[in-house]
Amino acid sequence: MELDTGILKREEQVVFALRSLYHRYGYGQYKMSKFEEYDLYGKNKDFLISGGVITFTDTNGRLMALKPDVTLSIVKSSRPAPGQVQKVYYNENVYRISKSSGSFKEIMQAGLECIGDVDDYCLAEVLVLAGESLRLISDEFRLSLSHAGIVENMLDALALDGEARRQALRCLGEKNLHELEAVCAAAGCEEAAVARLKALSQLSGSADEVLPRLTALGCDPTAVNQLRQLSAVLAESGLAHQLCIDFSVLGDMRYYNGITFKGYVRGVPESVISGGQYDKLLRRMGKPGRAVGFAVYLDLLERLDEAQRGYDADTVLLYETGADPAVLSAAVRSLQKDGSVLAVKAVPEDFRYRRLMKLTESGVAEDA
Amino acid sequence: MLNIALPKGRLGEKVYARFEAAGFACPAIHEENRKLFFENEALGLRYFWVKPSDVAIYVERGAADIGAVGKDILLEYEPEIYELLDLNMGKCRMCVAAKKDFYDDRRKTLRVATKFSHIAQGYYNSLGRDIDIIPLNGSIELAPILGLSDVIVDIVETGTTLRENDLAVKEEIVPISTRLIANKSSFEFKKAQIEAVVRGLAQQVEART
Repeated sequence: MELDTGILKREEQVVFALRSLYHRYGYGQYKMSKFEEYDLYGKNKDFLISGGVITFTDTNGRLMALKPDVTLSIVKSSRPAPGQVQKVYYNENVYRISKSSGSFKEIMQAGLECIGDVDDYCLAEVLVLAGESLRLISDEFRLSLSHAGIVENMLDALALDGEARRQALRCLGEKNLHELEAVCAAAGCEEAAVARLKALSQLSGSADEVLPRLTALGCDPTAVNQLRQLSAVLAESGLAHQLCIDFSVLGDMRYYNGITFKGYVRGVPESVISGGQYDKLLRRMGKPGRAVGFAVYLDLLERLDEAQRGYDADTVLLYETGADPAVLSAAVRSLQKDGSVLAVKAVPEDFRYRRLMKLTESGVAEDA
Repeated sequence: MLNIALPKGRLGEKVYARFEAAGFACPAIHEENRKLFFENEALGLRYFWVKPSDVAIYVERGAADIGAVGKDILLEYEPEIYELLDLNMGKCRMCVAAKKDFYDDRRKTLRVATKFSHIAQGYYNSLGRDIDIIPLNGSIELAPILGLSDVIVDIVETGTTLRENDLAVKEEIVPISTRLIANKSSFEFKKAQIEAVVRGLAQQVEART
């Protein structure tokens, strides 16, 4: 069977390409049930992107949920043996509250998780796969990389905690220098440490630009070295120009500890990939080991299709009542060499086509 | 092309003047016509006027790369954007106001009339106060006068409207001013141009403070 990929929507094409990419790196597909016990989300509400969950009571009385997230389910069921790592990818629908409409929405999401004895190679591999995933979506993409450890150390040095720490993190995420200054001033932070945090908040650029400055700012050398090592692997994979180290990329610090990253493609106004290292989530769920992964938000790719489809069918073939079905069928097949064909007696309203043909007694001709 | 959303009205015109002074002029904007957007192809800039409360939506959704918007709108809608600069313009305060002789009876649910439900809810949550939000779109000051609400949460600039209606500021929630915001994806792909605008405007802000 030959598959005409041209008929697929952009997000569908991307799904097939992503599956093939992850499969090449030995990731196995993780297939899960649509439902999950609500308890899993109730305990980890902050991890969810949107708060609401669709719930229902199962026949045995248990409170169930249509899954709003995939990572939690994968972590829950993961059991890598000591010294081993479990590598899985998924392509699932999740159910979340849309920020704009405030109602639930079905969202197609793909992604991968690497759980267990995660080492530096695993981290690099996941980053490379995030970069390659973006490349499959668009020629113009950026991978923004940050490190939760560096940010946490800076905030510790300022002795920021509670609400002040939360506000400082918000300001970092917004590149909001003016309010960051105000938050630190209100908390009575030491001036030199504030200057370092402000400098960190403004860093955004290639590894060559940013890494030396991190060292100069006195950032945790282990974390800086890790970023250096990962940047080198990305460069070796041909992703140096698309990599941007930027400390506004923050995950929830209650879950993420090491690298965090987001992926952008030109033409989509928000990040299409989001991920990071989330050992803290494993601890919260009572699991040993480390974990890293990312999600690809496929619903956002719809907009990239806009320029492509200017019409509903390549050809509309008009025929009259009483036309010989055998002749008509042969004509349709013949025209299909040039693309899709709609055979009708009258063109449907608002139907767009490239050319209009007519079946006459002498054969198929352009309709005048 | 860098797309810039400016708030329609007097404040927007002042904001544009800062852009112009910073070297990001678009002479077409001064022409008398009904055009909604204006381009300076040489500088790669396109300005457009939109309703002030819509600027954040244009930027969050990527129709504009950057924009100028009041902090009140950012606090109310919490859009996913970068807030790059305080333009130090359009300064005012988000306040709780009530009749001058208002007495807060804490045994009752407080009725709050406002255009800013999210800000009001957040403020009273932080105080642990139970409130009833009465969402209004204009003439908020009428609500306590007619007994529709106990207090209002609204922007106060000079306080004249409050004074003339026998109302007074009871608490200040947060100071407000106009901010320069950017779409997060645009920032990745148009970084040099956006950073040049931020630098230029920051110099303008500094020169005036």
